[in-house]
Amino acid sequence: MLEHIINTGSKATRDGFGAGLYEIGKLNPEVVALCADLVGSLKMEAFIKDFPERFFQVGIAEANMMGIAAGLATSGKIPYTGTFANFSTGRVYDQLRQSIAYSDKNVKVCASHAGLTLGEDGATHQILEDIGMIKMLPGFAVICPCDYNQTKAATMAIAEHYGPVYLRFGRPNWPVFTPENQRFEIGKAQVLSAGADVSLIATGHMVWQVVEAARALAGEGISCEVINVHTIKPLDEETILDSVSKTKCVVSAEEHQRNGGLGESIAGLLARRLPSPIEFVAVNDSFGESGKPLELLDKYGLGVPDVIAAAKRALQRKS
Amino acid sequence: MADITQLKEIASQVRRDIIRQTYYSNSGHPGGSLGCADFFTALYFKVLRRHPHFDMTGKGEDMFFLSNGHVSPVWYSALARAGYFPIEELATFRQLHSRLQGHPATHEGLPGIRVASGSLGQGISVAIGAALAKKLDSDPHLVYALTGDGELQEGQIWEAAMFAAHHKVDNLIVTVDWNGQQIDGPNDEVISLGNLPAKWEAFGWEVLHTPGNDMASLLHTLQHAGELTGKGRPVVVLMRTEMGFGVDFMMGSHKWHGVAPNKEQAIQALAQLPETLGDYPGPGEV
Repeated sequence: MLEHIINTGSKATRDGFGAGLYEIGKLNPEVVALCADLVGSLKMEAFIKDFPERFFQVGIAEANMMGIAAGLATSGKIPYTGTFANFSTGRVYDQLRQSIAYSDKNVKVCASHAGLTLGEDGATHQILEDIGMIKMLPGFAVICPCDYNQTKAATMAIAEHYGPVYLRFGRPNWPVFTPENQRFEIGKAQVLSAGADVSLIATGHMVWQVVEAARALAGEGISCEVINVHTIKPLDEETILDSVSKTKCVVSAEEHQRNGGLGESIAGLLARRLPSPIEFVAVNDSFGESGKPLELLDKYGLGVPDVIAAAKRALQRKS
Repeated sequence: MADITQLKEIASQVRRDIIRQTYYSNSGHPGGSLGCADFFTALYFKVLRRHPHFDMTGKGEDMFFLSNGHVSPVWYSALARAGYFPIEELATFRQLHSRLQGHPATHEGLPGIRVASGSLGQGISVAIGAALAKKLDSDPHLVYALTGDGELQEGQIWEAAMFAAHHKVDNLIVTVDWNGQQIDGPNDEVISLGNLPAKWEAFGWEVLHTPGNDMASLLHTLQHAGELTGKGRPVVVLMRTEMGFGVDFMMGSHKWHGVAPNKEQAIQALAQLPETLGDYPGPGEV
C-alpha cells in the first residue's frame, strides 16, 4: 500500500552502484572493473582500493574499454565497465553490437548520469535515447533500478546472470524507499501498491514521481496500481498484463525519450495482447538543457503534476 | 611440428581453399586472404601453442584474435586444416545455415572464433582484454592479433595502442597485414599511414618488420617477437605482404580486395597453386 512506501532519506543511485560493486567484488573473484576516467563519478573507489589488480583505468577511450571488456569476458572474467550513460551507449554502439552483443559476451555495462536529472551539465551529457538503443540489441538485458538500495542489489545480481547487461542509474540524490539488502530478480516487475483504476508503470527515478502522484490521486478518490519495472528487457509481460486487465488503462513514466523507451515496450505488448489506453510520461522528441534535476523534470513534462494529468487522461479514455 | 617445406605446402592448399571458397560463394575477399595465407599457416602450424580442441576461454594456451574479419576465407581454411572443424564445411562458406559467416562470428559456434569481427578497429582491444585475463590468471601463454593496414585508420586502434603500452601488456603480439591497399585504392591515396614504424614506436611498442610472404623470414620474426614478450612492452610485427600473393593476376592491385573470381579466373588461379593436402569436396567444376 502507498502508506508503506516511505522515503528513508536521499542517496544517489550511483552510490548504490559503487556499494554493490564493492560487495560483489568481495564475493566473486572473477568480477573485474574498468573505468574511462570517471572513477569518482561512478563511485568505484572502494572496489579499486581493495582490489587494485582487478581494476583497469582505461582513460578517455570508451570504445577501447568495451573491447577490452569483451576480451576479459572471453577469458571467463565478469567485467563491469563504468562511465556516463552517454559514453556507455551512443559513443560505443558499434562495439556493444559487434564485440559484446553479437559475440555473446558476459559484459556488464554500468552507466551513470542517465537522463535529465544529470542536471547542470546539459544536453550533451543528458542521454535520453540509451534505453531504446540498447533494448534493440539482441541478447542485452536493460535494467534501470529506482533507488540506492535497488541499484546496489541489481549491481550484485547481474554478476549471476550470464550475458550482456546494461545497468542504468543516475547522478542526483534521490529518495530511498525500497528495502536494504533486498533480493533483486532480473526481469520481475514489482507491484509496489495495488490499485483498481489505473496502472502507473515507471522505471528508474520516475518510480518515486509516480508514487507521489499516486498519493495525490488517492486523495481524489482515484486508486492507482504502482508498478516498478526495473528491468525493461526482458519485460515482465505477465505482471503488466495482469495489472492492465484489472485497471484497463496505463500511464508509463520514464526519464527517456518517448521513442524507444519503456512506454513503447508496454504499448507494443498491449497492442499484441490487450489493447488499452496508454499515456506516456517521457521526453517528447527533444534534447534537455542545463538546470536543476527537479526543474528539468517539470519543464520537460516529467513532474508529479504531469503524471497526475496523464493518469486522468488515461482514465477518461477508458470507455 | 611442420618444417618450412611442409608449411609452404600447407600455405598452397590454404590459397586453393581461398580461391574455391570465394568462387563457389561468388563473394568474399580473396585479395587480403591470399596475402595472409603464409602468416595464418605459420601461426596455426608452428607458432601457436594451442590445445587440439577449441576452448573459448583459451586458458593454458596461446590465443589469436582477428580484427580484419573480411579475410575470413584464409582463417576458415587455416582453422579447418588445423583440425578445429571438418574441411568439408569450407563448402558452406557464406551459404544459408552455415557456421562460416561472411565475416567471422561466434554466434553459430564455429570452433576457433572467439569474437565477431568485420566492423574494423575492435580486435586489438579484445586481445588486450584476453591478455589482461592471462596476467590475472598467471597464465604464461601469449595473445596474438592480426589487423589490416587500412584498418589502422580507425581511432580505436590507437586507443588500444596507448593502453597496452601504459599498462605494460607485454604478453601481446599484434601483427599488421601491411599490404598497402584498401578498398578504394592504395593507403597512400586514401589516407596515408605516414611513418608506420615510427608511430608504433612513439606509442611505446616494440616494433619488428618482416616480409609477410616469405615463410622463413616470417617464422624467424614471429619467434623473435615471442622472445621480446615479458619485457614490459607490447610487440607489433609489421608484415609487408602483397594482396593477392600467389596468384599472378591478383597481385599488385587493390581490385581483388572484395571481388570473387569467376570460373575461368578460378581455374587460372588454381593452376598456379599446387594441391598438396587435398581439396575439400566442392559442389562443381573447380
